[in-house]
Formats: sequence, C-alpha cells, structure tokens
Amino acid sequence: MRKQLCDALVARSSRQAMVFLTGDLGFMALEPLQAAMGQRFINAGVAEQNMVSVAAAMAREGLEPWVYSIAPFCYARPFEQIRNDAAFHNLPIRLIGNGGGYGYGVQGPTHHAVEDYGVLLTLPNLRALVPAFDEDVAEVVTRAGDLAAPVYLRLGRGEPPAGYAPPPYAAWRQLTEGGGGVVIAVGPLVGTYLAPFLSLPEETRPNLWTACELPLAANPPPPALVAQVARSRRLLVVEEHVARGGAGAELALMALAQRWPVEDFRHLCASGRIPSTYGSQAFMRALSGLDPAAVLQAATSERPGAPG
Amino acid sequence: MPDFLQTRRDPDGLVPWMTISKPDLTKARLRLLQLHFEAGVGHIGGNLSCLDALMVLHHEFVGPDDRFILSKGHSAGALYTTLWSLGRLDDETLKTFTRDDTLLGVHPPVSGIADIRFATGSLGHGLSLAAGTAKALQLTGRPGRVFCLTSDGEWQEGSTYEALVFAAHHRLANLTILIDHNGLQGFGSTAEVASMAPLASRFAGFDLDIEVVDGHDPDAIREALQDSGRLRIVVLETRKGHGVSFMQDRMEWHYLPIDAAQYQQAVAEIASR
Repeated sequence: MRKQLCDALVARSSRQAMVFLTGDLGFMALEPLQAAMGQRFINAGVAEQNMVSVAAAMAREGLEPWVYSIAPFCYARPFEQIRNDAAFHNLPIRLIGNGGGYGYGVQGPTHHAVEDYGVLLTLPNLRALVPAFDEDVAEVVTRAGDLAAPVYLRLGRGEPPAGYAPPPYAAWRQLTEGGGGVVIAVGPLVGTYLAPFLSLPEETRPNLWTACELPLAANPPPPALVAQVARSRRLLVVEEHVARGGAGAELALMALAQRWPVEDFRHLCASGRIPSTYGSQAFMRALSGLDPAAVLQAATSERPGAPG
Repeated sequence: MPDFLQTRRDPDGLVPWMTISKPDLTKARLRLLQLHFEAGVGHIGGNLSCLDALMVLHHEFVGPDDRFILSKGHSAGALYTTLWSLGRLDDETLKTFTRDDTLLGVHPPVSGIADIRFATGSLGHGLSLAAGTAKALQLTGRPGRVFCLTSDGEWQEGSTYEALVFAAHHRLANLTILIDHNGLQGFGSTAEVASMAPLASRFAGFDLDIEVVDGHDPDAIREALQDSGRLRIVVLETRKGHGVSFMQDRMEWHYLPIDAAQYQQAVAEIASR
C-alpha cells in the first residue's frame, strides 16, 4: 500500500498545513512525496520518540503532521509520547505504521506488529484505521487527515484474488453473501478468504465482512450484519492481531452487552508467540491458523461440542 | 495580583513587562513556600531552584508570540507562582493546589490554563515538544521565541538528546533551552548517579550558543536570555531549595513536604535576606 499512500499524500500535499515526518524510512517509495513537499517533508532521523512529540507540538500549532515508520517503531518505541503528548491532549497526529501484523514476516518479531491497534486503543481519543485493499488507501488518508483526533493507520498489502474489484471504501463492507454464518475480518488478510468463500455454494457460504475503523464502539456494526448474526447464530472474527485488545474481544463484549443471539462465537487471531523459525507473512499467518484453509474450516464447521 | 507586582505593571495591564529585581524574587519565593505549605506537598527543592529564572523569563521575555514549555513538570509549583505573579492565576485558584477537583496538580494539567501548553511530568518530553513548536513557527514563518526549561537529570533521558540533535540540525534559532542545573536528582546527586559534568561541555560540539550563569542572579539570567539569533542553551547554576538553609542542596527536599515549624523558619530566612 506504500505506493497508494504516497499518491494519496502527494494529492493532499498542497495543503500548506501538512507536514510529513519519517523515521528515516521510505526509500524507493516516498521520494515523490519528498519532492512534492519540500521542507515540509522532514526526515526526523532514527529518533522516533522525538519525532512523535515534535508532531504533537506541530499539531498544537495548527499544522497537520503525519508520522511514518515501520509499524512497531511507530507505536511501540514512542508509546509514552503518543500517550502523553498526543492522546491526552487529543492532538490530531496521524501515525502511519507500515507492515502491520506480520507484514515484515521474515524480518522477525522485532519488526512484527501484532498488538499495535490493541495497545493504542487503550489510550483516550485514539482511532485506528486498517485498510483492507490497496484501493482503500486514498479514502483512508482522507479520513485520517480530516479526523480531529490522533489516528493510527495500519498499512499492509492488499491481497485480493486476481481481477477482484473491491467495493468502494466504507468502515464496514460485506464482501460475500450466503446462508452461512457471519465472518468479520480486519485488515488485508480478508482478501485471501474471498476465493475459498466464493467457491462455496450460496446456501452455505459465509457472510464475509471487513471492518476497517476501530474502535468498534465508535463504528458499530451495521444492522444488516447484526441481523445475519441473529439468523445464523454464528460469528467468527479473524484478525492479524493478538487476542487481547483486538476487534474480537470488543465484538464479544458488544455481543454480550447487546444480547446478540450467538451460539457459536470464534476468534482466530495472531498467537503472539515468538516462533522458533521465521517465514513470509503467509507462513506467519499459517502458524496462527489465519491461512485461508484454516479460516474456511472454522467458518463452515460445527464447533466441537456445540449444542445440537 | 500581588501588590508588589501590581504597582509595576504597564498601565494597560496586558503586557506584564517589568524588570525583575531580587526583592521581587524574594516575594515570589515566599508565595511559593506558602503554596506548598498549605498544600502539604513536596518537590519544593526543585521549585525553588528554578523560580528565579521562571520569574525573569516570564516577566521580561515571554510575550504574546512566544511559547514556554516546562519540561521539568515537577516544578509546576514555581510555574503556578510565576503565573500568579503575572495575574494569570489568582489566590483562590492557588488555594486549590493539589486538592480534589483542582486544575493545579503537582504536574501541569492537560487543559484549563492557557499558558500551559502540555501536561508534562514524565521527563524527556518537553524539549521535543519545544523543538516541534519552534519548527512549526519556523515552517510557517511566524514570529516568536520558544523557551523550554529542563532539569539537569533529565539530560539522562535519551529522548532529550534526540530533541537536541533535531533542534541543532534544523537550526532552531527561535529556541532557547534553559537547564536548571541544581545537581540533585531523585535518588542522589547527578554526579553520583550518571555524571555529565561539566554539563555545558556536553553541548559544545553542537552548532549553538551556550551560556552558563548564576541561576539566582536576575541580571545574569536576563543577559543570558537575550536573543542571539541562534539556538541557545542557558545552563542555570542553581541550588535546590535555594534560600532556605535546611533545604539548600539537600536531596530529600526533592520530595518532602514542609511542616509548620519548618515553614516559619523558611519564611524568616527568606524574608531576612
């Protein structure tokens, strides 16, 4: 999504208030933005704590700062700066974490970000945007830029099947329809489930949704989704994020509080364990049971021990 | 508005430009002690070490276009006292210091006081916030100087060094960094804990101006704060608990509250100076 990000930010860069700060990343990707923004493109160096506080201060002065790094360096290293300097003051800085989840697969766990939005959403005022497809990025950048709150963008790599045209961006989108249960996926991995789901007969095909804006309390599921849950009594949440702080946990609380008639709730998520061997993003997902075969199995099988 | 300052304000009452003298500082010091005594809270030592600089800075340098950031947030009492001397906080508000439902916590609040831009208190944030503010003014071509007061122990924070590198690289000529060099930190002296002595020499390789002055001499502070058109560090040689014999240069006054007998003694000592 880096190219789409760059294009979207270049398109926005005529705004004189916009400032882009990078933690020494963006080689072979952000040069057009650097050229477009001139002195408002700041390589803040390998100093992420300073970069985030600088951005908060710029927001306090009425500028529109964007902060870019590899996902963990964007939120984990400068967490206290995000908390104290941006979130406490509700200052609209836009944190762009590239390669969220297992996006930097074989680079190893120092570069993985499987607890990013969960950690950040414990803070006041924070919002998280997780585009599912490359085509979403332009609209996500617009929304992030227009929000009067600190925002985290988790970028990944869109993975739809060849020739697939995703529906226009929305916080909630239904991607498949059928007589099966409800599956909610957060992030680009949703694209990997499209082909196996579409291969199923319509009467058993799950209703696949993607959610792109967190927390869900600020972006509740649409009535159509809730109605499908009520009909099927099945809800599966899939995300490249650990269980704690994830969308699955929030949906489970929501389902209980709102008395959704769910009989079969499942959550497939990043294990969070540090693996003994590394691999690609697909390999890392499979270790956590997030690969298409595992999700298809969970979406279509009866839960062991399920009633009747 | 305290009488001793009210008589010296400009007629329109808006721009509190006045030359701070040692008697003014004595009166502010008494008010600071009263604030902490009535509230029963500590951090007196580090408040007394930076109060003189805050008074000179705010009365003589910080105008409507300028910004101040208190990086050593545990000296909020000195900042509240300074704002009170400017007429921006009143006695009724000061009476609420650290009480339930107050704006005036031990560290600066997130909102509610226009002169306080950030809720500092965790060390190592303020200089980055000041650098970002200065960079924003630089980018937008707006006037104004940015002043940031750090502690000396705070320079052990890596983020403070990150901020200095950024400020020097971007040639933030509109930024002046004050360091309250009282030599004592939370659990020892800076010399014992992680010595950076001589502190000023640590900055000598950067492209900036460095001044080392007596942080309790208003004339010296005033001279050091003049705008040189370059990034500037002013090392204020100060004493923790300045002006009170039993507090001076004693680490425990980083934390301890003051009891009635100590308060009476401190008032007598300061008033007699």
